[in-house]
Amino acid sequence: MSKVITPNQTEAGASDDTRRMLSQAFSVSTLGPLIALLIASAFFAIQSPRFLTGTNLSLVVQQVMVIGTLAIGQTLVILTAGIDLSNGAVMALGTIVMTKFATDYGLNPFAAILAGLIVCALFGALNGTLVTRLGLPPFIVTLGTLNIAFALTHIYSNEQTISDLPAALTFFGNTFKIGETAITYGTILMFVLFFLTWFVLQQTAVGRHIYALGNNPEAARLTGINTRRLLIMVYSVAGLIYGIAGLLLISRTSVGDPQAGQTDNLDSITAVVLGGTSLFGGRGSVLGTLVGALIVGIFRNGLQLMGVKSIFQVLITGVLVILAVSVDQLARRRQK
Amino acid sequence: MFERITSSKEGKGRTRLPLTRRNGTLLLLMAFFCQLGLAACGDNTNTASTGAGAAATTAAGVAAATTAAGAAAPGGTIQIGLITKTDTNPFFVKMKEGAEKEAQAKGAKLLSAAGKFDGDNESQVTAIENMVNAGVKGILITPSNTKAIVPAIQKARDKGVLVIALDTPTDPQEGTDALFATDNKKAGVLIGQYAKAAMAGKPAKIATLDLAPGITVGVLRHDGFLEGYGIKNGDAQIVCSQDTQGDQAKGQTAMENCLQKEPGINLVYTINEPAALGAYTALKAAGKEKDVLIVSVDGGCTGVQGVKDGKIGATSQQYPLKMATAGVDAVVDFAASGKKATGYTDTGVTLITGKPQTGVDAKDIQFGLDNCWGNK
Repeated sequence: MSKVITPNQTEAGASDDTRRMLSQAFSVSTLGPLIALLIASAFFAIQSPRFLTGTNLSLVVQQVMVIGTLAIGQTLVILTAGIDLSNGAVMALGTIVMTKFATDYGLNPFAAILAGLIVCALFGALNGTLVTRLGLPPFIVTLGTLNIAFALTHIYSNEQTISDLPAALTFFGNTFKIGETAITYGTILMFVLFFLTWFVLQQTAVGRHIYALGNNPEAARLTGINTRRLLIMVYSVAGLIYGIAGLLLISRTSVGDPQAGQTDNLDSITAVVLGGTSLFGGRGSVLGTLVGALIVGIFRNGLQLMGVKSIFQVLITGVLVILAVSVDQLARRRQK
Repeated sequence: MFERITSSKEGKGRTRLPLTRRNGTLLLLMAFFCQLGLAACGDNTNTASTGAGAAATTAAGVAAATTAAGAAAPGGTIQIGLITKTDTNPFFVKMKEGAEKEAQAKGAKLLSAAGKFDGDNESQVTAIENMVNAGVKGILITPSNTKAIVPAIQKARDKGVLVIALDTPTDPQEGTDALFATDNKKAGVLIGQYAKAAMAGKPAKIATLDLAPGITVGVLRHDGFLEGYGIKNGDAQIVCSQDTQGDQAKGQTAMENCLQKEPGINLVYTINEPAALGAYTALKAAGKEKDVLIVSVDGGCTGVQGVKDGKIGATSQQYPLKMATAGVDAVVDFAASGKKATGYTDTGVTLITGKPQTGVDAKDIQFGLDNCWGNK
């Protein structure tokens, strides 16, 4: 399932580019989950006539857009062989900053959104700085910032849900129609972020450096990559993406909710793992993460349409995660 | 009750995987889905008997349950959604039991879902959307975030779905078509009156073990208790007030801290029975359990047992099963007649005690055990 390319491949002729890009986008680690997604969809389509409708599929995408976007940031961190437990809490803090700034202080909504994004990016930078400067394990650092962000969210919001938001804050919850199907702008933003991140990871030097760092930090450093700066950048960009996820959450629920995001860290890791990205770093695709997030959403929706108790969705997600990690491990062992 | 917060290489690999490995991955995945009962795998019977292997046992169970439920919900079957705050709290387990039984009796099909933790708004929103797409006639919900859930409920109502809040009102209450719940003020008043009579004129030093700031249910019960006792917030007899989130361990810590502050406490109001049992543990450790009266709200089976054991003096019993049954009936009626339930329906509250006081209406412990959370 290797999808890391060598410098030789990177410098390959332009004629190979398209073929290579396609094979990268749908390499085995992404292909497995994609096929799982298609089979699950076929299964649910047979089981419920309501499943395979534009309205329902659009709804599923809408339901995964927050976790999906969080999982983009999580993928970046995991590719560097890190992990980010703080993302849901950082996102929640971002939503409270955005909604409170826009309502209580009457700030221009765009300034409020910017403030929220900055707070999230700064939290990411803090994670990155602690990981690199103090050499602390990402698990511990983000466990700490998880609690800090959670507490700040509750202190700052005073446990109050913030409602009656200006329209600009919920813009991404608005819809446009393709035929009979209403699609929210938020889902489009999520797709754009996925493809943008995928492009940067595959086609730019910085993207290749992230894979190199995840594979072997020492080798990456010796080849002249400033690994500390790169890590801080990765965590900061991830933070910024959590802020965008926060904006999508606001647009989805129309409120600033201090209780939000409490299990989103694990849910985003689930999406990354289901998408075939290795928790050991250096291997995986952000497009796989998109598929992973969709798998969770499809099962939740499909089982609900069938009338299966919601707890079975949790059970099946558990089985799928074990399956995905096993496949990853088998692939690693064979390549050694 | 509200706020039931009782009791979670080879990057170095320079070559792409050979095809055989890909096939291995695919086969594994396909095998898994075949075991899920997927018709496309060649066997269209969709029964559990074809499943083999460890994964199949659980997965085939899902497929079998699905088939039995009649997945497509053909024409006539009325579908009803039930969304609780969590899947684990005994109060909601009881509620779901009641709804399932009643739905079966009326020939309806119950879809259920729950949040992952108390306060999980997003899961409840997702559940509402999925249930509306599944074609439910009505949704019964105990909102986790009373304010944040309202826009999602409104969207469901706009599509003609009847939405009834159980146990907890939305904010505003008009966010749902109807509310079936306990009168929490009255629940508080009953134990306040009982405490007044039981203290029989003795000077009281009162501790209140409350819920959390700004949560309506907690405020209503607290104020009801004070009203029943005949005092107001800020009265000198109230020597300690602490938040417990309705949690047993936090109730214990709160009581320990209150005893540090004022060792002479002789009357304890608690938001619910887990908090009451936590308080009792703290009092017992301090050797004061005989001198202190604890009053509470809930009437859960464990709580009533606590009354029987003499840990809790009296409790106001509420009836989640009734809320669920009435909710299911209302949706079935709506499906038949097109008439929507409206307004607030009080599902009742009864004072349960082993030591009745003159002038205060109460039922005995046997009644409490028979009816704990609406068993009968």
